[in-house]
Amino acid sequence: MKRREFIKGGLLLGAAGLGGALSLGALRPAAALPPTGAASGARRWGLVIDLDKYNQSADREKIAALCHRRHNVPDIPDTKTEIKWIWEDDFAHSFAEMESPYLSDRIKEMRFPVLCNHCAEPACVKVCPTQATFQRPDGIVNMDYHRCIGCRFCMAGCPFGARSFNFFDPRPYIAEIDPLYPTRTGGVVEKCTFCVERLTAGLPPYCVEAAAGAIIFGDLSDPASEARRALASGFAIRRKAELGTEPSVYYLLGGGGGDA
Amino acid sequence: MLEKALSGSRRYYGWLAFLGIVIVVGVIAYCRQFSHGLGLTGMSRDVTWGLYISQFTFLVGVAASGVMVAIPYYLHNYKAFAKIVILGEFLAVAAVLMAMLFIFVDLGQPVRVLNVLLHPTPHSVMFWDMCVLCGYLVLNILIGWTALGAEKKGFPPPRWTKTLAYIAIPWAVSIHTVTAFLYAGLPGRYYWLSAIMAARFLSSAFAAGPALLILLCLIVRRYSSFKASDESIGALAKIVCYAMITNVFFFLLEVFTAFYSNIPGHKAALLYLFFGLEGHANLVPFMWLAALLAFFGILLLTVPKWRRGKKTLPAALVAVFAACWLDKGLGLILGGFVPNSFERVVEYIPTVNEILVVMGVYGIGFFVLTILYKVAVAIRETGKGGPEAPTPLPEQ
Ligand code: SF4
Ligand code: SF4
Repeated sequence: MKRREFIKGGLLLGAAGLGGALSLGALRPAAALPPTGAASGARRWGLVIDLDKYNQSADREKIAALCHRRHNVPDIPDTKTEIKWIWEDDFAHSFAEMESPYLSDRIKEMRFPVLCNHCAEPACVKVCPTQATFQRPDGIVNMDYHRCIGCRFCMAGCPFGARSFNFFDPRPYIAEIDPLYPTRTGGVVEKCTFCVERLTAGLPPYCVEAAAGAIIFGDLSDPASEARRALASGFAIRRKAELGTEPSVYYLLGGGGGDA
Repeated sequence: MLEKALSGSRRYYGWLAFLGIVIVVGVIAYCRQFSHGLGLTGMSRDVTWGLYISQFTFLVGVAASGVMVAIPYYLHNYKAFAKIVILGEFLAVAAVLMAMLFIFVDLGQPVRVLNVLLHPTPHSVMFWDMCVLCGYLVLNILIGWTALGAEKKGFPPPRWTKTLAYIAIPWAVSIHTVTAFLYAGLPGRYYWLSAIMAARFLSSAFAAGPALLILLCLIVRRYSSFKASDESIGALAKIVCYAMITNVFFFLLEVFTAFYSNIPGHKAALLYLFFGLEGHANLVPFMWLAALLAFFGILLLTVPKWRRGKKTLPAALVAVFAACWLDKGLGLILGGFVPNSFERVVEYIPTVNEILVVMGVYGIGFFVLTILYKVAVAIRETGKGGPEAPTPLPEQ
């Protein structure tokens, strides 16, 4: 079956001309897939994480759990070979370059969700020798698991540690395989896809849904989008912005939801 | 000509049999890795490249170093290198072969390797690396084999081989430059993100490669009537000496920039390699050993008496080669992954299976090298020109 076409099906969203004969997600029931969603026409997808809301009120456990379950991400206990699409870290590690000896306790204790930044200038796409990692016209950096040769150049290239490699066949580590999403084979790289399969269906990413308002998804190129309005409401930072990869994931401090 | 490889002494067959065993063990280890996945290696999501890629990097250098013989011979008509130029070319063949095999065994999906050609991607340095390595392999096989064939018949090699030899010179520089670009253009990997990477790569290659070549010449000289002249060995030893000094100099430039600027990202990998970071210090003894060996080798090579000494020269060469291997075949790649993207230190320790695969690839390389050298030596011993005849330069 054409899992690859399934993955690429999302391409139709932004550019009908890109891929030739692509069939839209044959793995999903057709009814769940309107040809275009509310999302069509977007040019630059991004996430804004409202850190105050995220830390105060979001059901944090649920976010990664839902993403990983729906995407058949295996649960591998060994941290050296584990696979993760979205997870948490503290400020000192996720924003190591902004280190400060006098960090407020509030920031020190905050948890920061980290994931692929879907960079506008993605280093992973540049180095991939097979275009298995590619950037869609709407900015999403996606992967074709059937083309990946497992050279892991993209992992050396990504400065965010966002990518995981399947050191083994992942299937034995998946508690319950979701038949609606493909599993991966051993020997390929994977990462967050901004839930392209959901966008195709006009739905927001799972993390956004699970975070109940703490994570905002939207078109960064549209000043009227919810994401842009959230950014305008406070002070937002990006991980390692100085490296020029132009991350599309923003961390908002003192947005509408907080008191800072 | 290959039939020349079929008759040899017992020692020759014994050596091949030994290599055969190493290869078989390596192939079995690789089959295990193939069926279980790269989880059988010591690599992790933080240190995504290990011994395989570091050996690849090192061997591309060895391959490129053939130019240190080719330039004096082809461009300056330096006759003393006439006899050994073929050994340099065959060493390059074996080294490129091993380098490519190391890439192959490192792939998670090796059966898809042709995707690199099916979907050529000019913005990926890996694509260019594959192109230049394949080209270099073909060039050296063509040049070496044709020259040898002509010599067997007692003719000068055809003119086009000289044209190819000219092309091979910048090509050799390109293979190592492109290999350096694999690393030197990655944002956030500060140990690699340095303009001097390619220059460092070339200087260490021009030290380690000729050092190995001299050692091989000495071995061939010992066990066959193919005698590389003292003059050629002396000239190569000087090249090793200058290249190694340059190599150490370039490294010290990195140290200056990192520590005078005091930028944490630039210091971290060096600190990790030489002093350890956050209690992780696996590579520290290796790096200090490399430093000691480098200075020891340079010392022996700079003093003319020692550079010519029967015992001191091999010692110096082994020291230089080992120092370069530790620096580039170990520290350079592993150090680049420390600390990881989250400023944590995750260390890499190769597994036994991985080491067996590495040895298997080296086994294949040395097997090919032995066969090629055997053919070259046999033709020199029986060729029309007699044992002492150098490869004649093509007519101008
Ligand atoms: S975060 Fe890493 S994997 Fe994601 S787009 Fe940026 S460089 Fe690529
Ligand atoms: S591991 Fe796969 S996705 Fe990553 S660079 Fe190699 S081929 Fe591309």
